[in-house]
Amino acid sequence: MDRLISKLLFFAACSSTAILALIALFIFKEGVPIMIKSGLGHFIFGTVWQPLEGRFGIFPFIVGSIWVTIGALVLGVPFGVACAVFLAEFAPRSWVNFLKPAIELLAGIPSVVYGFMGVVWLAPLIRNYLGGPGLSILAASCVLAIMILPTIVGVSIDAIQAVPKTYKEGSLALGATQWQSTWRIILPAAKSGILAGVILGMGRAVGETMAVIMIAGNATQIPHSILDSVRTLTANIAMEMGFAVGEHRQALFATGVVLFFFIMILNSIALRFAKKKF
Amino acid sequence: MRIPPNITQNIARSLLFLATAAAVGILIFVIGFVLAGGLRHVSWSFLTGPIIDMGRSGGIFPAIIGTGLMILVAIGIAAPLGVASAIYLAEYTSVGRLTNAIRFGINCLSAVPSIIFGLFGFLLFVVMLGFGWSILSGGLSLAAMILPTIILTSEEALRSVPLQYRNVAASLGASRWQVVTKAVLPYAMPGILTGVILSIGRSMGETAVVIFTAGSAVQMPRSVFDSARTMAVHFYILAREGLSSDMAYATAAVLICAILVINISAYAMMHRLMRGRRTA
Amino acid sequence: MTTPLNRKIEIKDLSVRFGDAEALRGVTLDIAANEILSIIGPANSGKSTLLMAINRMIGRVPNVSVTGIIKLGGRDVNDFRDVEELRRKIGMVYAMPIPLPMSIRDNILFGPRLVKRLGKTASDELVEQTLRAAYLWDEVKDRLSTSAVKLSGGQQQRLCIARTLAVGPEVIMFDEPCSGLDPISTAKVEEAMKELKANHTLILVTNNTKQAARVGDRTAFLLMGKLIEVDRTERIFTAPRDKKTEEYVTGKFG
Repeated sequence: MDRLISKLLFFAACSSTAILALIALFIFKEGVPIMIKSGLGHFIFGTVWQPLEGRFGIFPFIVGSIWVTIGALVLGVPFGVACAVFLAEFAPRSWVNFLKPAIELLAGIPSVVYGFMGVVWLAPLIRNYLGGPGLSILAASCVLAIMILPTIVGVSIDAIQAVPKTYKEGSLALGATQWQSTWRIILPAAKSGILAGVILGMGRAVGETMAVIMIAGNATQIPHSILDSVRTLTANIAMEMGFAVGEHRQALFATGVVLFFFIMILNSIALRFAKKKF
Repeated sequence: MRIPPNITQNIARSLLFLATAAAVGILIFVIGFVLAGGLRHVSWSFLTGPIIDMGRSGGIFPAIIGTGLMILVAIGIAAPLGVASAIYLAEYTSVGRLTNAIRFGINCLSAVPSIIFGLFGFLLFVVMLGFGWSILSGGLSLAAMILPTIILTSEEALRSVPLQYRNVAASLGASRWQVVTKAVLPYAMPGILTGVILSIGRSMGETAVVIFTAGSAVQMPRSVFDSARTMAVHFYILAREGLSSDMAYATAAVLICAILVINISAYAMMHRLMRGRRTA
Repeated sequence: MTTPLNRKIEIKDLSVRFGDAEALRGVTLDIAANEILSIIGPANSGKSTLLMAINRMIGRVPNVSVTGIIKLGGRDVNDFRDVEELRRKIGMVYAMPIPLPMSIRDNILFGPRLVKRLGKTASDELVEQTLRAAYLWDEVKDRLSTSAVKLSGGQQQRLCIARTLAVGPEVIMFDEPCSGLDPISTAKVEEAMKELKANHTLILVTNNTKQAARVGDRTAFLLMGKLIEVDRTERIFTAPRDKKTEEYVTGKFG
């Protein structure tokens, strides 16, 4: 009896890995042939996406994903780490009980709602004050920065709290202020944990779809400024899946393969950092 | 000239406070913006009426039912599977190569973006298994997406139960499985439920997964093999195709309210759990 | 050394290693039925490990290797097909009282309910009988359904004894049961132990040499995983054969 239960639990535990393997298998099987057919170099570095003429170059989308993600990190990381430091080191306990769930709730707001806000509020603002079409890298970066905030804050707080108390007490005992101890002792010690949070946030930004479709503008050319409209890898898949057939559909799955690689690389790096101890 | 340390400290503290206040301010702004635009269009007939003219008028009742059914399918599959995985990881195994592989798989799965789950669900459930665009396909794809969350939160909940409870139960003659069911699970339950509730919230707001696996039919679904749209998909279509701004706002308001209720109840449960732990 | 006639537990050449660390080295020891054997020794001398080996709780620890033979009533403990059956025969009371977060009554019925359904009257009888044996009945009889967590430390420890008794063990092992208790509670627990001797075999691991002297029929002295000496308690405390035993019981180290 106990033996049987233990076997069943083991199979349940393997299910996640099995699903992951299935996902990789299906996406690769559907996407890899077209990558080989059009040539891996042409597929990844080609700049022309004209699926109806059989020209599949996804370089603009890779660039788009990278730009939007970098923008989100530039805005979101300082913001998120600041929140984490405040919550972990400076805020009174009773505030934390309210503030931390509130920030986590930012991740609970559906991405379509963020996208909608971007369209009706943020994009016009950018168009009127900074120029360009409004639906742009900048708009997408702003929204993504908010969406990845909870990830960065959560992981950073854990990293800060994992620093042994004695480090800080030692520093305070030498006459350092709370801020000096935080800046010179705690943040350096928590560095790799915070970095893990940043990379996880990066993964979320690269993978986000619906909000980006709504606010990045989806133009298929390589952008020249942050006010230009771009299309990301995820947006490319989601926009055209509805009507794509044949090679066109395969090319969308191939886009998924590239996205999958991006995410897995980022995740492996994040795990590496998360394991490191001071 | 050097700035005195206590002044630096005050400046730093103010900036950090401002950042946190800004984050909370954004949250309040987003929620307020949607509710202000939408609540006045929400009525009883909106909640219980059919979707008319692609959503230009009528209500969202089919979308509410579609959302509910899809979440039921997703939780019905992912919760037992996830809790079982967590029990295996927390109670039945320690470090080892195989366990590390399992953990690595769970970690990677949690990082897979939702659009990939959409593609996968489309290929496996919609096309290969022949479920078509349906609530079943959508629910199964959502289950795959929320599985890692449920495993990770459940495992944490199990590990927070004191080790001595296990020793006492074992010393009184409990088998391994009895130790789990009698001395560990009852005390981990609130934590596990918190994870499940948060997963419900996440499923409710998800769009990319369900739009490719459940389709976007506006009719009332009659079984899990029917196509249906969730509230999030309905909102996306209304907003993107500019069908009706009022209806879009109203749908978003209902969606946000539901998600607020879900998240707040999850936090309330966790809070109660923490307080219980401190007095025990 | 007097060999007890009725041997309840026989331990032969028992060695235990946790990874590279040796916790017990070739311990050979017999425990008679209806005696209280005290086991004394400084911290990390292997006392708790010995108890864990007897009820095979040691099997829950990863990377452990156990060699030697332990017999309960003439039967090798490894021959019990279900380790649960062995553990129902050998009760265990831990250093810190660990009431499960449920009512007093449910705590006591936790063990019996694992194997069979109990009627109301049978349950009531069992609860009263075990609580009386643990000298706790009079203090809690009016509030059996309140949470066990609300009891005082001493009461909790006696509840843990009652809970162990409810499973019907032949042997009860106490792992420093009074280390967290005040003198009055300690006296009550010791009283209960002396009563239990009539129907059970008791093993008492203690850091407190005076407690060993008060309660034990015989006393064993462990040092760094080795059994230095075992004898009638009076002898250990008045005329031990080994010099190290004398130094320990007179408080020169430990």
